[in-house]
Amino acid sequence: MQLARVIGNLVATVKNSALDGRKLLVIQSLDSRLRAAGKPLVAVDAVGAGVGELVFWCRGKEASFPFEGSDVPTDCTIIGIVDSAAHVQVYDHLSAKARLAAEGQ
Amino acid sequence: MLLARVIGNVVATQKNERYREARVMLVQPINPDGSARGSSLLALDSVDAGEGDVVLIVQEGWSASTAATGEPGAAIDTAIIGVVDYIEEDGA
Repeated sequence: MQLARVIGNLVATVKNSALDGRKLLVIQSLDSRLRAAGKPLVAVDAVGAGVGELVFWCRGKEASFPFEGSDVPTDCTIIGIVDSAAHVQVYDHLSAKARLAAEGQ
Repeated sequence: MLLARVIGNVVATQKNERYREARVMLVQPINPDGSARGSSLLALDSVDAGEGDVVLIVQEGWSASTAATGEPGAAIDTAIIGVVDYIEEDGA
């Protein structure tokens, strides 16, 4: 899963019938500092997200699991809304190398 | 499986109900020497990993879902499935 910001709505009148009624959103993936990482993607919404919200999304076959029973063709689905940017807590003070060294020897 | 470091966590009240109770952790994939590798990811925790831990993550739906929720079929693509005690590298 990755963090992302919803940056737009997408409307497609002609689409696979399993996508009828599903909200399509344009998202920009973010790194842990909430900086853009990679290119924007189109995602199907499974949690009621909207433009401007901080969300996380699931890739691959698992992306269709929230829509059990309706075989929605998606490889990118929004599965959670982060409460706010302040709810992304990054632990700053540890380096993995130091930790590995300390725990390993 | 990939090595990763737990670098943070995320609070999301509104999320898929299949893993309402799970903790969502920010992890940074790393090389065995501890250097970062690629972009950070979100992973569901199944082993009570904590701040700074070096962990093993799976990036495959069936394994991630069964590890983090106890059953397959949840919309999860990454889970933490172990906490690394140490790595012995050749000649180390």
